[in-house]
Amino acid sequence: MSPAPGTRKRKTPTGTDAARAEHRRELLRAMLRIRRFEERCVELYSAAKIRGFVHLYIGEEAVAVGVNEALTADDAVVATYREHGHALARGIPAEAVMAEMYGKTTGCSGGRGGSMHLFDASRRFYGGNAIVAGGLPLAAGLALADRMRRQPRVTCCFFGDGAYAEGEFHETANLAALWKLPLLFVCENNLYAMGTAIERHEAQTDLALRSASYGMAAWAVDGMDVEAVERAARRAAESIRGGGGPHFLEMRTYRFRAHSMYDPDRYRDKDEIERWKARDPVTRLLDRTREDGELSERKLAGIERRITEEIDAAVEAAEQAPEEPVENLLRNVTSGFVEAM
Amino acid sequence: MATGQPDERKTTYREAMREALREALRADERVFLMGEDVGRYGGCFGVSLGLLEEFGPERIRDTPLSESAFVGAGIGAALSGLRPIVEIMTVNFSLLALDQILNNAATLLHMSGGQLPVPLVIRMTTGAGRQLAAQHSHSLEGWYAHIPGIRVLAPATIEDARSMLAPALADPDPVLIFEHGSLYNAAGELAPLTAPVDLDHAATRRQGTDISLITYGGSLPKALAAADELAADGISAEVLDLRTLRPLDGEAIAASVARTHRAVVVDEAWRTGSLAAEISARIAEESLYELDAPVERVCSAEVPIPYARLLEQAALPQTADIVTAAHRAVD
Ligand SMILES: Cc1ncc(C[n+]2csc(CCOP(=O)(O)OP(=O)(O)O)c2C)c(N)n1
Repeated sequence: MSPAPGTRKRKTPTGTDAARAEHRRELLRAMLRIRRFEERCVELYSAAKIRGFVHLYIGEEAVAVGVNEALTADDAVVATYREHGHALARGIPAEAVMAEMYGKTTGCSGGRGGSMHLFDASRRFYGGNAIVAGGLPLAAGLALADRMRRQPRVTCCFFGDGAYAEGEFHETANLAALWKLPLLFVCENNLYAMGTAIERHEAQTDLALRSASYGMAAWAVDGMDVEAVERAARRAAESIRGGGGPHFLEMRTYRFRAHSMYDPDRYRDKDEIERWKARDPVTRLLDRTREDGELSERKLAGIERRITEEIDAAVEAAEQAPEEPVENLLRNVTSGFVEAM
Repeated sequence: MATGQPDERKTTYREAMREALREALRADERVFLMGEDVGRYGGCFGVSLGLLEEFGPERIRDTPLSESAFVGAGIGAALSGLRPIVEIMTVNFSLLALDQILNNAATLLHMSGGQLPVPLVIRMTTGAGRQLAAQHSHSLEGWYAHIPGIRVLAPATIEDARSMLAPALADPDPVLIFEHGSLYNAAGELAPLTAPVDLDHAATRRQGTDISLITYGGSLPKALAAADELAADGISAEVLDLRTLRPLDGEAIAASVARTHRAVVVDEAWRTGSLAAEISARIAEESLYELDAPVERVCSAEVPIPYARLLEQAALPQTADIVTAAHRAVD
């Protein structure tokens, strides 16, 4: 059995063509898996199988996949409410994520969290946070624990450009730089905070520039190019492991879908969306691998087929999974005692 | 042990708390203290004075003025296996970290389906009485007691200041400890710690038969003083110290009311929507037929706590108010 993605040991692609081809196929597979998973979520949402706020990551897959390549199983990940991609890239089984979307007891949060609160302690995946920027201080704490115990681990936190305006980001950036915490800030700058374009919510829209002023290494990355993301993340993670303190990566990316399933998406030009779709990270990598003769149509069809099978199985399992009994309503409020209803 | 023997120690609430911190830091290397001015300065209220010298800056960690970030960092460190004690100068400033306390510390265990307990202790001062005006004087512990997923403690005695920290650290869930600012200088004798103290039960600080004075934290000395005055008037008052505001020891409240058939709830928070309101409601739900008189409440006036001494004192529950309320119930 091959280890789940995200739990595998870091492997540096070797210079050989075969290894590069293999690695690219792996990146492509991981991105396609996220995309197909979410496309299925759209169908399931329309069929009222899954409910609540569902925020799709479609268009941004290169960020989660590329960054995850630089992380090991020992590292920690803190994500947002747009975290299906992060969770899947981290290696949480599609089945556990889908069951959580269904609110079933077999979900990765036991049905308590839903789409916005995916957790997996065994994979050091700490949410799934629906408070914009609310996960950032927590990520600093995970990194602080590693620093205090002299462990060469990285804590990676994902957040949006909207989160950049929150005090919690700035408090955390200051703390991380002041204490030289092994923290990787990955800002997914998709140019919008819900319907508010970045020029309308940030006085200075160059987020890497601003972050550098905290005294941490910071640079911008083409977030639509998974290989560029991977290179940047690897460089940052290695520097962090070597004691280089926090790093900030501004991933310039775009979401192709609306903010959430409730959003009619009236605030963006169709042209703008089309321009970004022309830079679709999946298509881009696909084109590259084809050009370099690294991916046959047969291989691609095989990848797609296995993903479909995996998602079908996840949906089927979620359908069949039991509901958590209502008697368990008050479980997991505290570890020690159950309060009277 | 007779008073004055060398094995009894004269100490203060502040020193007792410091002793508890020192012991916790010595006992478990996962424990560390962080907060604004806990190190060099020795703690805004002098609680952590000297600990930096003994344990060093890694474990007695001064933080920037970033309540949200360092409380959240405490949560993350707790998730990662450490046992942080986070100090927030006063409950008023904790509001800047309310998101972390409520939306992360209190909810992570549940949202994660039981995977992520948060063994974190947060200490802060609360309460009025020192002419610090509204932004340093409020009693918001009742708000925190509203939140499922956390434990809320209010040590009112030197013994509890000394002994509640260790079990709080042993609790796998977040524990908030509220230290009333007026208690730090309270002095007394402290018997050596013997058995570990429990955090689930209220304590009867004085036995009585005519009326229950139900209180906690900084109001306990006032309730005890009121009980003395009432005794002089021939009224036997029982004083119940809640100690733990969440989970509330409902049984102790009901048992006390069953003994005395009258109750005065003393709470330094505002009356409207207060913990006193919750306690009164419980008595109405569970002990109505035990009551010989309506439940009385002595709370703060519905005003931001004023600076001027006379006004501040008038806004807060005072011994005389408790005595008057008790008389209303008994007479
Ligand atoms: C503290 C807080 N304020 C507001 C919201 C409502 N809200 C949810 S997502 C969002 C936009 C966040 O944008 P960004 O951080 O750029 O992330 P993106 O959705 O683009 O991934 C807002 C305002 C919230 N969840 N939390």
